[in-house]
Amino acid sequence: MKHLITKNFFRTVLIINALTVLLPVFFLFNSALRETNDFARNPLVLARKPYWHNFTKVWDDGSFPIYLKNSLIVTGGSLILILICSIGAGFVLGRYNFKGQNLIIGFVLTGMLIPAKLAILPLFIQLKWMHLLNSHFGLILVYTAGALPAAIFIMSGFFRALPADLDNAARIDGASEGQLLRRVLVPLVKPGLAIVAIYSAIPIWNDFFLPLVFLQDPSKKTIMQGLTAFFGEYQSQWGALFAGLTLAALPLIVLYLLLSEQFIKGLTAGAVKG
Amino acid sequence: MARSGIKKEQNRFTWLLLTPGILLIVIFTSIPAITTLSYSFFHWTGFTRGTYAGIENFQKLFTFPFRSQFLSALRHNTLVFIGIYLIQTVGGIFLAYSLYQLRKGQRFFRTIAFFPVIFSLVIVGYMWQSLLNPFNGPINILISKLGIHSGSLLWLGDTKTALPTMVFINLWRWVGFPTIIFLAGLNAINSEYLEAARIDGASDFQIFRKIMFPLLAPSMTIVSVLTFIGAFEWFDLPFILGGSNGNPEGAADTLALMFYRLSFGSADSIANEVGVGSALGVIIFLIVGIGATLGAKVLRSREVEG
Repeated sequence: MKHLITKNFFRTVLIINALTVLLPVFFLFNSALRETNDFARNPLVLARKPYWHNFTKVWDDGSFPIYLKNSLIVTGGSLILILICSIGAGFVLGRYNFKGQNLIIGFVLTGMLIPAKLAILPLFIQLKWMHLLNSHFGLILVYTAGALPAAIFIMSGFFRALPADLDNAARIDGASEGQLLRRVLVPLVKPGLAIVAIYSAIPIWNDFFLPLVFLQDPSKKTIMQGLTAFFGEYQSQWGALFAGLTLAALPLIVLYLLLSEQFIKGLTAGAVKG
Repeated sequence: MARSGIKKEQNRFTWLLLTPGILLIVIFTSIPAITTLSYSFFHWTGFTRGTYAGIENFQKLFTFPFRSQFLSALRHNTLVFIGIYLIQTVGGIFLAYSLYQLRKGQRFFRTIAFFPVIFSLVIVGYMWQSLLNPFNGPINILISKLGIHSGSLLWLGDTKTALPTMVFINLWRWVGFPTIIFLAGLNAINSEYLEAARIDGASDFQIFRKIMFPLLAPSMTIVSVLTFIGAFEWFDLPFILGGSNGNPEGAADTLALMFYRLSFGSADSIANEVGVGSALGVIIFLIVGIGATLGAKVLRSREVEG
């Protein structure tokens, strides 16, 4: 009996928490489907007849698809570079023994401690000098450099955990080091790649600070940075505002619904042991 | 292939694979970080470096007009840290314990609890801004319907409530993260301890207080250090909700916002102070670095093996 009461108590706590989490998001979706004047009369009414026009308006305005495309380029480009570099460096640090190895590992670990935000001024001037200001490529390089220390650290852990016999067997079969890495080891560290991908890509997709500083050209803006401009432009046009927010939030929400376990594992990587 | 051949190939391979990543980190992280330090010792006109300034920029930071801004921002960061840390630790452990108690449906509620963590702070900020809108925001409507308060509460527009409101929004977005970490900590506890205590007649509360809570120390260390770093580099949410001046009337100003204004100018003036800004950057880095290191040391000393 007492057991049942405590069980129900904790279930109630979790239900309240779930409502706190979901109701604001539901409000956002619901309001995105309502006409602005209708919303202004009473914000707390269900959208019985969905007013899809808000979405077409935001989309046809033109800048939204561009923002989305830019975010995809920046996030995708960074992700590819991060994965390539962290596979290479993780493999070498996790499976080879060489002179200066500890020095490199120490360097990578210190890299994890440097907050990119505080180095923004020299970075700004440096990018200007390199003609990489206002460029997606420049932003990609900065994101990659910022995510790499953690990515290398995670990948080297995954490479180290594989049995040493694999390498010797492949080498006896005449595989080169490149073949060993590509054909034998990379398929075995796929779970690590998923963690690195989520751990680095989500914060890049969600970031607005670096684009705010580095991208001034409106046609280059990313979605989260673009939203701030969008918010000024559509002030008090509630329907469109909520539709814009919903559109910007939707890609990650859909991915989370499909891959929630990987998201939780990936985003807490480094904070949870094992 | 002979042994030496493999060794040779490995040597070539080592540097071939390491160089691109290391080079990127050096160019875009290490060099800028070191240069920030050097910037703080020079005079600046706009983005052009002038003569050597010694510690003048640091002195400037602690005199009029920067001194009062700095102290008020530091105070806000400290309050934000304390507020977020207390509520998030208590709430996170409470939620984690609730999830832990639930055998059926744990996965479902865990997925929902973590959900806000994936949201961009831009979306979270604007979503809550409309929820808390003084005129037709649902929160105010609900409050007046329930008869708790009539008239419109300003929330983010009132200097007294702006900072606590932002702390709440930050918690809404983030509490799922420590919850997952604490839950992982609880799940890692050897169940034999708990069984033994139960056989000895310990109550659930005693088991939590005497066994589980002490064994959560490693999770606590991680959460504390991350929260400390986050609180003293707090930028995104106050910027989205109050702009670079930390509005309303600087009530939500933070060290990172001040750093941003000094670096790139503000809404009021486009003139920047790169030297003073860099000095502030160095000081924020020292606060975060020293605080996180000391904190981790103290917290780690009370960790026990589970």
